[in-house]
Amino acid sequence: MGSKRTSRRELLKSGAAAAGGLAVLGQTPASAQTSQFGTPLHDTMPNMPMSGTTPTGTPMIKGTKELVEYGQRSHFVTSMRMAHPMGGRPSPDMFGKTFHVAAPLQDSVGVVTPSSLHYFATTRGAFVPDIDPKQHTLTIHGVVDRPITFTMEDLKRLPSVTRLHFIECAGNRHNARHKNVQESHGMTSCAEWTGVPLSTLLKECGLKSSATWFVAEGAEEVKGASSMPIAKAMDDCLVAYGMNGEAVRPQNGYPLRLMVPGYEGIFHTKWLRRIKVVDRYYMNYNDYGHLEKTSKEAALAFQIGPKSVITAPSGGQQLPGKGFYEISGLAWSGGGAIRAVEVSTDGGKKWNRAQIKGTPQRMAHTRFGYGWNWDGNETEIVSRCTDEIGQVQPTREEVAKYWNVPFDRNYRVPGLDNSVMPWRIARDGSVTNGLA
Amino acid sequence: MGSLKFAAIALLLASPALAQSYGVGRTPTPDELRAMDISIGPTGDELPVGHGSAKEGAIIFQAKGCAGCHGKAGAGAMAPELQSNKGQDLPVWERGRGKSGWMILPLTAPYATIVWDYIHRGMPLGKEGSLTADEVYSLTAYLLFLNKVIPEDQVLDKESLPKVKMPMASDDYGRLPDWKHGAPRLAGYNH
Repeated sequence: MGSKRTSRRELLKSGAAAAGGLAVLGQTPASAQTSQFGTPLHDTMPNMPMSGTTPTGTPMIKGTKELVEYGQRSHFVTSMRMAHPMGGRPSPDMFGKTFHVAAPLQDSVGVVTPSSLHYFATTRGAFVPDIDPKQHTLTIHGVVDRPITFTMEDLKRLPSVTRLHFIECAGNRHNARHKNVQESHGMTSCAEWTGVPLSTLLKECGLKSSATWFVAEGAEEVKGASSMPIAKAMDDCLVAYGMNGEAVRPQNGYPLRLMVPGYEGIFHTKWLRRIKVVDRYYMNYNDYGHLEKTSKEAALAFQIGPKSVITAPSGGQQLPGKGFYEISGLAWSGGGAIRAVEVSTDGGKKWNRAQIKGTPQRMAHTRFGYGWNWDGNETEIVSRCTDEIGQVQPTREEVAKYWNVPFDRNYRVPGLDNSVMPWRIARDGSVTNGLA
Repeated sequence: MGSLKFAAIALLLASPALAQSYGVGRTPTPDELRAMDISIGPTGDELPVGHGSAKEGAIIFQAKGCAGCHGKAGAGAMAPELQSNKGQDLPVWERGRGKSGWMILPLTAPYATIVWDYIHRGMPLGKEGSLTADEVYSLTAYLLFLNKVIPEDQVLDKESLPKVKMPMASDDYGRLPDWKHGAPRLAGYNH
């Protein structure tokens, strides 16, 4: 302890002397001074306390083995996930089980959700499997010519693809009680996923002509299973082992998860261990949540419609005063890439074309921005998007009209709720839920 | 050249072995596949040997702790309801959901095999996968009996379970329009 203090004092003294000498005397640094400053710096750094002071007064972070090996965000950044919904089931609960956890979209920039902040959910509140990748295998069988069991090593030998994709939980439904965008929309995130196209694996196995559906199954306690059309598997599904440049996180399915771009979150089978190719809709386990009275309504519970939300300014935030703000938000669709986003700053009377940041990717969050001068009056801001196949994000009234049912405040959009989300801005600059 | 190309295509079509291009992975044994295949489809082909009735199921429902979470007769406790407490005279869709909003599976499943698969895979909480085939047949029979789908003395097994006529089965229920790349999720629905 004593030696640490001494060496820090020595460093500060020599640093201050060097800086003071330069400032006061206006001298060019002599080579002797530079080396005098440089040498002790290298010698004493390992013994510095967590936060030291440079000659100019900026606190410094001491390098530790942990920080060198695996980085950490600034302690000034406090953005956090939270249990979803508010007042619902706690995550973690008293046993250490987690249920639904929402991402802090109000703090998001760009389109990638950091893995540590990526939303996640378990089927009914569960522990997260701790899987040894050396023991883990994926077996594909059913109506195929050759069933195959792949180890993780096998999968990594095959040609890979890397793509940005959002995932969104069907429970991501905004209502009048939500205070901020994390509560209203936090059950979606977007990451860069790396893995093997499922079509590659299915071609290895050889599909029989009766193959029309497949059932994906995870290794968690309930062996959660979901049925999906084989056409989707052959189109763009991915067996992913990589997430944002490293291995998929345990909460998101380590060591292997199925990506079903644009489908509801529950289909993206985590801890993927088995795929059974079948000749009909199996309706196993997770599928019962998708059973609807008619096939028309059921169809809405697979692929997600076009959806967008303004993340800043959004509920709970505060505008310091009138003047310029870039309204920023996210748009996404299960139907493909986002083609256009519009923003209204007068509660939906006039719509303005927003700027799309970067190149929109298929079934990925797309960042949009709209430059706005707030005149200080109360108003409502809202966004809506159009995807590459021409689907337009609706209002709840429009959805009710399609289904020919009376609209009221409690109207429930069938399938995943992709209706627009208004934020109200008061004269004092406070931002609140426009549905409230 | 043309005929050569044709011959190559014909060979590819005729011989599925040629489609295997990477040769990665191994062939699981039939025993391995049997042990891991817990997916039960509507035809019941994968169902194991075993049997059970509602009478046996009622005893197992108490003994295995099901009643602790789901209520004495499958309702009135914290876990999703397994028996509709709404009047039997109501149309089945109106009594198909419990207070929590969850489907009452033994009433609403289009096929009885779905109930069997669910119990076998996911129950009981914390001891998933521990029930024997006989116990799962018995519990399935008990829940179907509670919802007046089958009589109390009906024995369910590999043969009889897939033949149970579920009250909500219809030509449109449990079916989906074909999925197509680049198509709206529902034709004519532009949202």
